[in-house]
Amino acid sequence: MSTDTAPDRITQAQPSSSRLRSSRIVGWDGAIVLVTVLVIAVAALTVEHFGTSRNAGFLILDLTPVLLLALPMTLIIVTGEIDLSVASTVGLTSSAMGVMWNNGLPLETIMPLCVVIGAVLGAVNGILVTALGLPSLAVTIGTLALYRGLAFVLLGDTAVADFPRDFSSWTIGNLGTSSVPNVLIPLIVISGLFAAVLHATPVGRAVFAAGANPIAAAFAGIPVGRLKFWLYVTSGAVAGLVGVFWTLRYSSARADNASGLELTVVAAVLLGGVSIFGGKGTLPGVVAGVVLLSSLQNALRLASVSTEALTVVTGSLLIVSVLAPNVVTSARAALVRRRARLRTTPTS
Amino acid sequence: MFASRTRRTRRFAPAALGLSLVLTVAACGGTTQDSGDDDDGAGDDGTAAAADPDAEYAADLSIAMLPKSVNNPYFEASSDGAQSAVDELGGEYEYTGPSDASASSQVSYINTLSQQAADVILLSANDPNALCSSLEQARSAETYVVTFDSDVDPGCRDLFVSQVDSDEVGRALIEMAAEQIGGAGSVAILSATANATNQNAWIAVIEDELANNPDYADIELAGVVYGDDEDEKSFQETQGLLQANPDLGAIISPTTVGIAAAARYLSGSEFKGQVALTGLGTPNQMREYVKDGTVTEFALWDPTALGELAAYTGAAIASGIITGAEGETFTAGELGEYTVGADGVVTLGPPTRFNAENIDDFDF
Repeated sequence: MSTDTAPDRITQAQPSSSRLRSSRIVGWDGAIVLVTVLVIAVAALTVEHFGTSRNAGFLILDLTPVLLLALPMTLIIVTGEIDLSVASTVGLTSSAMGVMWNNGLPLETIMPLCVVIGAVLGAVNGILVTALGLPSLAVTIGTLALYRGLAFVLLGDTAVADFPRDFSSWTIGNLGTSSVPNVLIPLIVISGLFAAVLHATPVGRAVFAAGANPIAAAFAGIPVGRLKFWLYVTSGAVAGLVGVFWTLRYSSARADNASGLELTVVAAVLLGGVSIFGGKGTLPGVVAGVVLLSSLQNALRLASVSTEALTVVTGSLLIVSVLAPNVVTSARAALVRRRARLRTTPTS
Repeated sequence: MFASRTRRTRRFAPAALGLSLVLTVAACGGTTQDSGDDDDGAGDDGTAAAADPDAEYAADLSIAMLPKSVNNPYFEASSDGAQSAVDELGGEYEYTGPSDASASSQVSYINTLSQQAADVILLSANDPNALCSSLEQARSAETYVVTFDSDVDPGCRDLFVSQVDSDEVGRALIEMAAEQIGGAGSVAILSATANATNQNAWIAVIEDELANNPDYADIELAGVVYGDDEDEKSFQETQGLLQANPDLGAIISPTTVGIAAAARYLSGSEFKGQVALTGLGTPNQMREYVKDGTVTEFALWDPTALGELAAYTGAAIASGIITGAEGETFTAGELGEYTVGADGVVTLGPPTRFNAENIDDFDF
């Protein structure tokens, strides 16, 4: 009886329950997976050139930065925080990459250094949020501007473009003679890693607990602050990696690289069924959210739909993704309540 | 419980970091800027076929314009020009592009157009290099790439339709200023930012003309100030110029933001009609100042003609009339005959001058 009426977020934090598993299939993230498959199928049948392997390759390259940034973002939003500085971190690492390359450093040294730089930038966010206890929205809006500013300080309006061709052609190339992009393998590995951490480890349970009820989590012995700190470090490191990918993909280190991308990332995460209030969400849902958003944009562009209409569609999807889970949740709660009433009335 | 949670949390982040490191390092070994890159800048556009100057324009070309960003009046004017050229040739025209002026958003649109097998892409590039790999893919799929307004690396496109020659702009600017002050006096320049490449190229031409052209022997340059392409800053810099140089004869502002701000200041000040103002501006911005007598004449290239020429250039190469080699000629409808210059550059011509007589003929 009590499990039936328990708030949703508590059951979400215990993914082993079989009752939850069935509810997840009909939940928002399950629905998003289905919608994504449906959209891709419809687009493949109706939009010319969409179903080609070449287009699939473009699509994967386009969604790579969004997906990579969305993975740590999911964990951060589940803990009830946010990181809006990710795109600026990409821009700053891209600038740093250009400066280091201009100074004659080998690319093999630059690339890991970029990841470290990203991690340090993430650590700054982490310290401000956890040690000083500042709201992450304010902190990361601040570092969004700060990191972008530093990127312009480093590189100004100029672009560094003379990166070796081997590296950029690997980045945009395919495995052997197949039409499978090289980046797909690391994408699957990294996504799998994040999914495993979130859904199959104590760290993942701590992330859900910290977002569902931080006070209870702290009483349960979860070091909420330290957990969040490391999530920000991870987010920064991944953004550094995206900075490397971005620079090589477009063979161009620029201070304005990836500007505005943070909003696409947050949109995709919310579309994937992660609650902006924390405590709820799944990584498969987020992956589907990213794929859905990118496929829709790709298909609409191929169908020569105007850019304005495309922006309207993306914006509407975001509103739906924030609204719909709430509607679904309250509808389900009402259903549970009515069932409970029906079940109790005859016996009493 | 506490201890194990902590350890796992700690272990997790370095693990993620480590994995990212491995992935980036895994690429290959020992590459620095100095180690060189031989495949780069090959610039071979693979146009081995000979040009046939007598060939007709093909009738069923699909031509797409990809501006720096959509909803920009300048590019909409270019699009009108391209549209009329394509209509004239009986082809199919599309205007598409990102809403933000970033190179990476343009890549997706280039990919889309090459998927749709467009015959010609007319591109104004947001970055000289970032678009190259997608342009190469498009060109290998038999799409001709003609840049206009803003070029990419010459190896990555077939032709570039340049709005103007920078020497001609500099010369036109100083000539207009000299005419308006009667050939003698001091002039000052209100530029955009101190490191704007095109602005500095024009200013260098002006300085060179003042130093070497005997026609301008009685004109001196009072100074160069920077309004950073911000309306308010340009407004204040204009005010500063007039206060610091009481004998100033003319202000040259080779930026549309600067000239409009300077005109606004002048029109409301005692210097109206006393100090000449010229430079590069759009007719719509400057119309009221030409009509109220603040400004006599200013210049800019005509974006509609630029778009029209770009479309004809694209159609010419797609029809085999030209291949992009230096010295080839083609006829761009009513615009007349054009010659392909070095590096595959086709230049529209000297900037168009706008004054009270012709300003109402333009809408951009």
